[in-house]
Amino acid sequence: MITGSKSKNRIIGKVIIYALLIVLAIIMLIPFVWMITASLKLNKDIFVIPYQWINPEPRWQNYIDIWTKIPLAKYALNTVKLTLIVTCLQILTSSFAAYAFAKLQFKGRNILFLAYIATIAVPWQVYMVPQFIFMRKLGLADTHLAIIILQAFSAFGVFLMRQFYEGIPDSLCEAARIDGMNEYKIYAQIMLPLSKPALSTLIIFTFVNTWNDFLGPLIYLTTDSKKTLQIGIKMFISQYSAEYGLIMAASVLSLIPVLIVFMSLQKYFVAGITTGAVKG
Amino acid sequence: MSSNAAVIQAKSASAKKREVRKAMVAYSFIAPNFLGFAIFTLGPIILAFIMAFTEWDGSNPMKFIGIQNFANLFGNDRFVAALKNTIVYSIFTVPLTLVAALALAILLNQKIKGTTFFRTVTFFPYVASLVAVAAVWNMLFTPNKGGLMNQLLMKVGLEPLKWAAAPNTVMFTIILFSIWKNMGYYMVIYLAGLQGISEDLYEAASLDGANGWQKFWYVTLPQLKPTTFFVTVMLTISCFKIYDIVYMLAGGSNGVVNKSAIVLVYYIYEEAFRNWKLGSASAGALVLFAIVLIITLIQFRGEKNYAND
Repeated sequence: MITGSKSKNRIIGKVIIYALLIVLAIIMLIPFVWMITASLKLNKDIFVIPYQWINPEPRWQNYIDIWTKIPLAKYALNTVKLTLIVTCLQILTSSFAAYAFAKLQFKGRNILFLAYIATIAVPWQVYMVPQFIFMRKLGLADTHLAIIILQAFSAFGVFLMRQFYEGIPDSLCEAARIDGMNEYKIYAQIMLPLSKPALSTLIIFTFVNTWNDFLGPLIYLTTDSKKTLQIGIKMFISQYSAEYGLIMAASVLSLIPVLIVFMSLQKYFVAGITTGAVKG
Repeated sequence: MSSNAAVIQAKSASAKKREVRKAMVAYSFIAPNFLGFAIFTLGPIILAFIMAFTEWDGSNPMKFIGIQNFANLFGNDRFVAALKNTIVYSIFTVPLTLVAALALAILLNQKIKGTTFFRTVTFFPYVASLVAVAAVWNMLFTPNKGGLMNQLLMKVGLEPLKWAAAPNTVMFTIILFSIWKNMGYYMVIYLAGLQGISEDLYEAASLDGANGWQKFWYVTLPQLKPTTFFVTVMLTISCFKIYDIVYMLAGGSNGVVNKSAIVLVYYIYEEAFRNWKLGSASAGALVLFAIVLIITLIQFRGEKNYAND
């Protein structure tokens, strides 16, 4: 009798949980579903009452027109180029520096590391203006190099990698040193292969940040042919705010790479957030 | 004797040499990142502190004017509005996001099928590019009656709203959007916190006859205190840095945000890159820095407390 009502309670509990989860999924997903359906419509069909979720005649033409309406391929190419270069530089230089901070003894180690830690607390928005003025003095305004420099040397990367290297026992490096390996070899052949999880976390964060970056390119890039996807699409939205179908098609396209990277490296994303959380 | 000393000296010299070589190797590891970091991050940070006390347009010579910029800030109604809006935004966004993230984490920590899918769905808006999702939101929340949200409001018998297009609802729309976009991120942090709570505590509570609500109130919530503290700090800092959401939802076609929605970072951006008043922009930036610094210091103290627990 008692167990019967208990299992009944459990079933009711599960039903409630699933009901809540479904409501949640609808709230989270509706904007994306709407985006896709709207991207296959004529502008005049988008704000009809009630909204047509199922479209008998999807207008694929939107996905063809968007490439000629704006230089979308150029924007995409710029974004891919910047994202790849920044991500590579970021992992190389951060893991390199982090190795020294974690495994080597030298003068000034603590002070140098403190300089990194201190700047994590300073939001980029605080120094974006002097940084821009400085870059402009160097002749880097309106160049991709500026965006690369902006993103490639983050304190976050060094911090994250050092945190991970600290967890690798020193005896491993010692043994390698006794075997006559030099530090560069130890870094390249022992530490780097061991740090795949941390590298994956850093890659995915850098990738998504650079791909989605808005304020940096907005400030620096003025020539149309140098603009990134985000800025390019935003400009298109400002200029042709009534081209709903095309705006949605461009938005869908810009989300696809992020979706792919996110889906394939999701667990590292979660790992990255929680290391940050545990260590503060 | 003397030859002995020479040997020792020679030894210590070679030891010193080795030491120097070791240090050089270490510096060579750090140099690529540190040079970039020092020149393009550390340098500009120092420059920001100097610029705040000058009048400068970026091309003519700098003029030191002391604290004039800061004095002017509080007489500038766009800055005052920006500060006020940022605070209002944070006051609402922080607790609401926190509660939503906690509720989601508890819901998605249940041992049921499909949680991975629902976690992914909740988290995706956080990584999705803002330009794309903001574009959809602007259409879903369009001020005319054809928008999905207004259709929904009218269906339940309410008046359609102007959302981001009206001064009295623009902040509300921005807050709603940022909760939707960011709660998945904080949910992940809460999930990690929940998974760190020992099962024994719940079993002990069950033995004492605690029901679900009591377990939440007397076990889960107290155990999550450090997580909640961390999430509050992170959220508050990120709220004060808000810029792009406002730019996307409330910026006109030329990107100008009016007084009902202007925020601190937009003020900095506008003063610097539209008005070329770099001193005044940097003074605004230092106000932002001071706020973030205070929150960070509170975090340090709090962390010490939790470490002692």
